[in-house]
Amino acid sequence: MTIRTPSRSIFRPKHGVDQSVLAENRRLVEKIDRRNVLRGALSLGALSLLTGCDVSENDNVQTVLRAVSSWNDRVQAFIFRPNHMAPTFSEAQVVKPPRFNAHYDIEDVMPVDVAGWKLELGGLISDKKPWRVEDIYRLPEQELIIRHICVEGWDYIGQWSGPNLRMFLERIGADLSAKYIAFQCADGYTESLDMPTALHPQTILATKYAREPITDPFGFPLRLRTSTKLGFKNAKWITAMEVTNTFPQTYYTKEGFNWFAGI
Amino acid sequence: MQAPRAVPLAPHAQKLHPLPIRVMHWINAVTMIVMIGSGWKIYNDEVLFGWLHFPEAVTIGRWAQHGLQWHFFGMWILAINGLAYFAYCIATGRFRRMLLPIRWSELIATIKGALRLHLAHDDPTKYNTVQKLLYVGVLAAGIMIVISGLAIWKPVQFSELLALFGSFQNARLVHFLCMTAIVAFVVVHVTLALLVPHTLVAMVTGGPEIAAEPQVRPQPQLEPTI
Repeated sequence: MTIRTPSRSIFRPKHGVDQSVLAENRRLVEKIDRRNVLRGALSLGALSLLTGCDVSENDNVQTVLRAVSSWNDRVQAFIFRPNHMAPTFSEAQVVKPPRFNAHYDIEDVMPVDVAGWKLELGGLISDKKPWRVEDIYRLPEQELIIRHICVEGWDYIGQWSGPNLRMFLERIGADLSAKYIAFQCADGYTESLDMPTALHPQTILATKYAREPITDPFGFPLRLRTSTKLGFKNAKWITAMEVTNTFPQTYYTKEGFNWFAGI
Repeated sequence: MQAPRAVPLAPHAQKLHPLPIRVMHWINAVTMIVMIGSGWKIYNDEVLFGWLHFPEAVTIGRWAQHGLQWHFFGMWILAINGLAYFAYCIATGRFRRMLLPIRWSELIATIKGALRLHLAHDDPTKYNTVQKLLYVGVLAAGIMIVISGLAIWKPVQFSELLALFGSFQNARLVHFLCMTAIVAFVVVHVTLALLVPHTLVAMVTGGPEIAAEPQVRPQPQLEPTI
């Protein structure tokens, strides 16, 4: 069972909270959990008939639904095929410009000033020197023409390029046996990936769309693009990256969306 | 004094709807409400048809994430219950006994009868041809909605499955059409169950006893004892 410690900053103290207490009382903690799950489950049938109400936001109901969502994270990690490529498409199918989505409107996008911009690195990385955008542009590029699927249900084909994330992680001496990679974004958004997804051959730090630098609404100067996750997992306007074994809470997971969000 | 006992239970006699069937039926009924209501919530976030939004009052969850939470919770119960149901019905021969054979001549006769409002459903142990077709149809829609649902859930991990549908939006459309078929079935099913209440009662109490083997010796007709 993964112990999830929510944290606002991805640059938290190196050793985090002492978790030995949790380990010592693991059985007790699990027992309490199970009782809650059972209690919630008993009322689920009745509650489900009360449609249109706010029962979904009831604490007991959320405990059960989020426990199932965590279970679904594990199932998705289990069925993830690390060497299975997502279908790719031809340049003629690429939609230009890409479709915008965020938790706010496109008019409210705050463009990143590239002059002061740096990619900061933290956590289990041996070379934490921040990266300027020119240095990132000099790295070898990989191009992906892949389908973007939004959790809402729409999709389009996009053409993204930039350094391969695995290559980048190896270059900065990241601990590839760590569990998570957390991203922090210029607009305060937070997102995180499981390591197998980060190491998938179709996961890149994108700097270009349709061979041109990504424009402001779509994540300039640096964003993530992976073929195996729903759209919202692809952090835009990245400013910091951390490699960690402590579960990094994310903007949408806090709202109740599934964390793994694999496709 | 020994009161004359009712018909002794034949060794293989059982109720029309054995307990496992009733349990699975009602689990499925509740799960269907959850899946359809939460599915409508998810649909509303990105509609397939501009003219169709489901009223918020009949969707489950306040925001889209709640719809998703319910849907991906309900799917486990639906899948486990559904697999148990198919395994049970195949193992006990219930499908064969209740749903087969389906004959064209009987179908036409049943439709003619239905149009004259003479529905042959007074014997709840025997389904008429329209009933058989509806049940086979809804089971097929149930299988298809799970397959298209898996393709939508994991279009990359199960990209081979998605390829069967051509595109992601096609898979969504198939998922939607299966839902429409199931909802249409539920409307007819519930209406008829309310019109012929003993069928509804049978799904709670188990209904009349039937012989498991059709060739079992005929039961003697009992004279009323009073």
